[in-house]
Amino acid sequence: MRLKFRFLLSCSVLAVSLPACFSSNKNQGERLYTQHCSSCHGDQGQGLARLIPPLAGADYLALHRAELPCLLRNGQNEPIVVNGIRYHNVMPGEKGMSPAQLTNLLNYIENNWGNKSKPRTIREVEEQLAACK
Amino acid sequence: MLKRLFLLPALAAALVTACTSPDTAVRLPILGERDVRPRADGGPADTVFARVPAFRLTNQAGEVITNQTFAGKAYIADFFFATCPGICPKMQGELLKVYAKYGKDPRLAFLSHTIDPAHDSIPVLRDYADRLGMGAARNWHFATTGAKGEPAAKDSVFLLARAYYTAAEPDKQAPGGFAHNGTFALVDDQGHIRGLYDSLNPKEVERLMAELPILLAEMDTRKPAVARQ
Repeated sequence: MRLKFRFLLSCSVLAVSLPACFSSNKNQGERLYTQHCSSCHGDQGQGLARLIPPLAGADYLALHRAELPCLLRNGQNEPIVVNGIRYHNVMPGEKGMSPAQLTNLLNYIENNWGNKSKPRTIREVEEQLAACK
Repeated sequence: MLKRLFLLPALAAALVTACTSPDTAVRLPILGERDVRPRADGGPADTVFARVPAFRLTNQAGEVITNQTFAGKAYIADFFFATCPGICPKMQGELLKVYAKYGKDPRLAFLSHTIDPAHDSIPVLRDYADRLGMGAARNWHFATTGAKGEPAAKDSVFLLARAYYTAAEPDKQAPGGFAHNGTFALVDDQGHIRGLYDSLNPKEVERLMAELPILLAEMDTRKPAVARQ
């Protein structure tokens, strides 16, 4: 009985861990963007009129680089100014995203649609998250 | 056998009418339940097609909007809320594309209903329209069922959404607190729904763009008849 239980347990551990071994984190940033961000910020990071700020060519990304992990995790509903235009809308936080996911997502956003930025490391993002208000 | 013979004249009649009215060859369907009402004089029964129910809304300018506002016009209806972080920006972005192409056509109007009347007051709707770049537009209404804080406003807009075949309901799990789908309903000049399109699917938005002129052309055939009366 005990043996059978152990066998079942090891099987389930395998079942849980195996897909993780085979899952590819390549393009994770892009996938997360499509899933969590694109319906508001647009397929090309273009935003929507004066309702949703753009990400493509947004000065905000460079000006507030260190704050972005916290912004993504906690969301925001304060007015923000992007490329000289004031936006005031609600962005929900992504509480469930790990530091690694946030890193991949930010690296995708910051190096697409004409954006160019130094790649972030997970450690850097972890430190910034630890300092979230 | 005899019964089948009876069907023959009906079939022939159908064929003849199909051939003699080329105008109706390309016609959008009338969606919804239809009612067949026998006539008192024993003549052929009338088919009564579903229409959008009577509504009374207030738009971003504080003007009252009813079915009468759209008399003789086609309009595209959708359901959104100003703080919606889910599908609304995408949906309104798509409607903006339709507006860019057809917004100047006097035969067409746009009607976006808020499903969050408690939050989306007239000033909020005006700000939303303004930010969408529609501040000066007179033919795109951002409207509420609860301009005066009516307690039943939410229920009435959900009921109205159902009449346009759009699902909308409060849902704590959904982003922003409401679950809804991004359906565009195309309504003709007589209040019949002639097309439903999923705004999140680019092919469906293309279909709307292609079908809109068909409806407008059909409406034009009705105009001279009205003038003659």
